[in-house]
Amino acid sequence: MSCRPPQLLLLGVSHQTAPLEVRERLALTPAKHTALAAALRADPAVGEFCILATCNRLEVYAVASEPAAGPRLAESFCHIQAIEPAVLAPYAVERQGAAAVAHLFAVAAGLDSQMVGETEILGQVKETYAGACTAGHIGPVLNRVFQKTFQSAKLVRSETAIGAGQVSVATVAVALAERIFGELRRSRVLVIGAGDIAEKTAKALRNREAGAIAFANRTADRATELAREHSGSSLPFEQLGPALGGFDIVVSSTSAPEPLLTLPMVYGAMRARSSRPLFLIDLALPRDIAPAVAELPNVYLYNLDDLARLAEENIAHRRAEIARAHALLDTRATALWSKLALADSNADALRHRLPAREDCATPTAETEVPRPRC
Amino acid sequence: MDSTFLTDRTAIAIGAGFYTTGLLYGAWSLLFRRRHSRIGGYALMALGWLVHTYGLFLRGQITNSCPVGNRFEILQFVAWSCTLLYLIVGPAFRTSLFGFFSAGMAVLLGVLSIAVPAWDSAARLRPFGADPWVAVHASIALFGYGVFALLALTSLMYLLQHRNLRRKRLDHAAPLLPSIVDLDQINLRLLAAGVALLTIAIAIAGSNWHGQPGVVAPAKLFATVTVWLCYAFALVQRLRQRCIAERFARIGLLLFLAPLLSLWVVIGPPHATPAATAPQPVPERTP
Repeated sequence: MSCRPPQLLLLGVSHQTAPLEVRERLALTPAKHTALAAALRADPAVGEFCILATCNRLEVYAVASEPAAGPRLAESFCHIQAIEPAVLAPYAVERQGAAAVAHLFAVAAGLDSQMVGETEILGQVKETYAGACTAGHIGPVLNRVFQKTFQSAKLVRSETAIGAGQVSVATVAVALAERIFGELRRSRVLVIGAGDIAEKTAKALRNREAGAIAFANRTADRATELAREHSGSSLPFEQLGPALGGFDIVVSSTSAPEPLLTLPMVYGAMRARSSRPLFLIDLALPRDIAPAVAELPNVYLYNLDDLARLAEENIAHRRAEIARAHALLDTRATALWSKLALADSNADALRHRLPAREDCATPTAETEVPRPRC
Repeated sequence: MDSTFLTDRTAIAIGAGFYTTGLLYGAWSLLFRRRHSRIGGYALMALGWLVHTYGLFLRGQITNSCPVGNRFEILQFVAWSCTLLYLIVGPAFRTSLFGFFSAGMAVLLGVLSIAVPAWDSAARLRPFGADPWVAVHASIALFGYGVFALLALTSLMYLLQHRNLRRKRLDHAAPLLPSIVDLDQINLRLLAAGVALLTIAIAIAGSNWHGQPGVVAPAKLFATVTVWLCYAFALVQRLRQRCIAERFARIGLLLFLAPLLSLWVVIGPPHATPAATAPQPVPERTP
């Protein structure tokens, strides 16, 4: 083994580089994952590695003692996937050293996600790292890189607005509800209809500890079913008008051709509500709530377009932060890799560590293989 | 601390400097979309308030009275009250620009009072004479005005939040404002507290100077009672649900003009108090 500083290699595909059908084809089954791990362990030049597999990406990070390990990694990958290297080449992402670190930083910070700034990816990276640690695939270099990755992800979130704002209709609705009512514990929610988005919104409100949720549907059985699913109650559809004043947040998503909640109906409800505001979320097309209701004092009416536009605006704001976040991460990645390369320029350290890892290695077949999560 | 260096006005100016830093910090966070540390903003306001308190304490020692004897002192006292209330109430809001707005109010009142030297030229020894109830009356009334100043701030925050929600435009400052319901509740409580304080102040005045015509100038009496009536009427209307939500916030903001204007009437000619000590100019402003 030569006295070279270690190489950090990245090989992968992601939603940025490969269409869905290619990603489907390259998805790692548990058997393929085990085989790939075994191939990497068998390579004497590879000291440490970690396989990150999610719905949107499959990436292999490997610390190798020689540059030739890179092509071998690609060969192993293609062999296990039973594809020609030429098939992989147009979609592959290959990075080395600081660029590979910067890529991992960006992935963990959500900069490379389909929904920019989302946090789920950080959890997935942490889970993957923990699995690789348990399997004995992680050594000092990747350990340091991953620890710094988690720190950097937090830093980006606090220093930039990459995670600011909500980016789905349901979460935007919840954020608006919180801006009207503050904590939602004392807010009563009424869901009219059984549309998918309405159900998601109800779920999001429930997750934010909304006080009580009632479901009203033309089909009473469906309302009862939804109430059971979401630990709520059902409300007879014909009692909608009289009961309206008792709710703070109303989510409506029916296929009714005419507005269900008319101006006189909401006006009457507001008279019974003293000073507490009413938040109406109309997710139906055609609309369930008469637009004139928005003019009533203390009433906030949002329709599907409003919520979708706000979600889009938040996504645009996040995208505008990408460059700043990348600049922040790139600097940190370069600094980290310079330190690691300097510290490991004495390759003895790496040489001594490699047998140690092999000594404590557990058979990959016995290691629980992380399954890709969305 | 060298008290000959730190005069009352210097301490007050340093306090205003902290408030200004808090205001600039909030503005920087908003303009550049940087994370706004609530603890940092709160600490600046708390430091400013401590130094401000020391400055008013020095002024009180000089005048041998509560420092509310001229326009400068009155504006400073209102700013001090407003900041004190923010320090008490502010932590109740999880994420809010309350500190930023309070700093803005303190800076506005502070700069206004410091900018016109003439307002501080008539500082007098024992401006309220020998009757301590006059100072108690004045300080309670002015503390009430501080409450109304804070009410104007929270009303402004309500209107901003309401406007954003109604226009369906969520600028980056919007999530930092307290919720509509929280602001409505705090507005009601501040209004009730302000009316209660002013009621106590007027009751003290009434019980002490009842039957002594000429002690209180009719214009002052009229101004104070008018302010009290305006706020009391708003409170009654709110409790009867006649004036709620946006309209209530508008009134909370606009009504603050009443105490501001009344101050000019209340601090007009020198006080004529029973058995008053002859007013004397303050020789110097160091303790």
